[in-house]
Amino acid sequence: MPNVIEVQSLAKTYAGGFEALRAVDLEIEAGEILALLGPNGAGKTTLISIICGIVTPSAGSVRVAGNDIIADYRITRELIGLVPQELTLGAFDSVWNTVNFSRGLFGKPPDPAYIEQLLKDLSLWEKRENELRTLSGGMKRRVLIAKALSHEPRILFLDEPTAGVDVELRQDMWKIVRRLNDSGVTIILTTHYIEEAEEIADRVGVIDHGKLLLVDDKKRLMHQLGRKQLLIELKHAIDAVPAALAEYGLERSADGTCLTYTYDTQGERTGITALLQDLHGAGLALKDLKSSQSSLEEIFVSLVSSK
Amino acid sequence: MINFQAVRVIYKYEMLRAWHTLLQTIESPVISTSLYFIVFGAAIGSRIQEIEGVSYGVFIVPGLVMFSLLTQNISNASFAIFFPKFTGTIYEIMSAPISFFEIIVGYVGAAASKSLIVGVIILLTANLFVDLRVEHPLVMLLFLVLTCISFSLFGFIIGLWATNFEKLQLIPMLVITPLVFLGGSFYSVNMLPPFWQTVTLFNPVLYLISGFRWSFFEVADVSVGISLGMITLFLLACLALVWWMFKTGYRLRP
Repeated sequence: MPNVIEVQSLAKTYAGGFEALRAVDLEIEAGEILALLGPNGAGKTTLISIICGIVTPSAGSVRVAGNDIIADYRITRELIGLVPQELTLGAFDSVWNTVNFSRGLFGKPPDPAYIEQLLKDLSLWEKRENELRTLSGGMKRRVLIAKALSHEPRILFLDEPTAGVDVELRQDMWKIVRRLNDSGVTIILTTHYIEEAEEIADRVGVIDHGKLLLVDDKKRLMHQLGRKQLLIELKHAIDAVPAALAEYGLERSADGTCLTYTYDTQGERTGITALLQDLHGAGLALKDLKSSQSSLEEIFVSLVSSK
Repeated sequence: MINFQAVRVIYKYEMLRAWHTLLQTIESPVISTSLYFIVFGAAIGSRIQEIEGVSYGVFIVPGLVMFSLLTQNISNASFAIFFPKFTGTIYEIMSAPISFFEIIVGYVGAAASKSLIVGVIILLTANLFVDLRVEHPLVMLLFLVLTCISFSLFGFIIGLWATNFEKLQLIPMLVITPLVFLGGSFYSVNMLPPFWQTVTLFNPVLYLISGFRWSFFEVADVSVGISLGMITLFLLACLALVWWMFKTGYRLRP
């Protein structure tokens, strides 16, 4: 797949001196769903805002479909739709008017049939005459999505789309995201919920302190960094790990009834067979065995703390 | 390439907003102007002698219209851009494929149109109180249009500059009201002592009122050519300032 967005050594220092982004390079493939993962203040929103034209970069460049976002802003911005993080909407406009306003703003002639379908897809059709201030938070979020999609963008940015959103809307949203993605729309979403990235993304980028720590295929990332743990419950508590088992790096629980063995799923040999034999040899009686795979969250925590 | 759709929706949106706040947009200037006519025109005016062959009640009409126009233009245009900044909806304008010129044509065009309508309504209201004659209707229209555009631009600048509601109100109250009152709305500059006549020449509003008044009665404090020149200069200065604000992203694009 060709790259639809190319970010090169992008940096942003705000007027107050805060370095939000430091030399970020990122290539986003056409048609993928990319999740940008990072804690609050990591630079996710700044990165998105620069690509969308809301924030001026301090250094570096961004190309969207081969066009520079500053020199050819008309072409690049028309391709992009943005759902912002905050529920920023007017108060007195109707849903219908505000969505049509957005379409016009992005240079598209009116298309009532398209907007009607869009509102129906987002369960907003019944509310089309309502004033925005009378809508619930979830409904406002839907309106923001409708506004972002009003001009039929090829790239959709969702900035923390599920913040303060109930389960029903979240599921609706993922349905919409998948359908858009199936029709060829590239999706970039930011989140600090790892399950979200795990659930929906093709690739995951991890960003912290203004630096892109890594971008990788989600499955490969899970696989590469994923470690498994084997939890060994003992019938009888032990005071210390027997010397014969030292090479396995076992961790003993505080009460001494449990040992944890960490191993790499990548390795040729996991060492489990040998461990079990040695456990038997050391005279330890086993009560139970449990294995678990590290989640993206654990991967992320280890990444952020190690850099 | 011009994004006509964007200009259209911004203009339409702003005009629709005026429709929703009709009372505020049209009735209040009409009521306040009527009060001026009753007090200055009918009550006090009847005891004041004619100024350069024009009865006082009629003489103050152009000044009153200008006063309303300036206030209206500034409040319309400043609010139009300040409010999206305040609520955050400005993000959409900033991320749209639209140039600064198109944004201005949309917002300033709408604010100027609204004020122009208000100006015409005030003139019609004035006609109920006094017998109004207009010697040069086309010049009058030119002054109306130029004033509406340039002061809407000025209001737009204030809206961009203001970071809170207090600042939004500051300029109209602290600057525009004194400039209008000291710009010869209610008197001819010739009635002032020589020193204050000179001071008044630095008041840009004087040129507006003087030129506008000339189009009615052919009575002016400064020549109509200078008036037109000054307002055009003001328009260009505002345009340059807005251009700079958008180019640097001043309080719009961090």
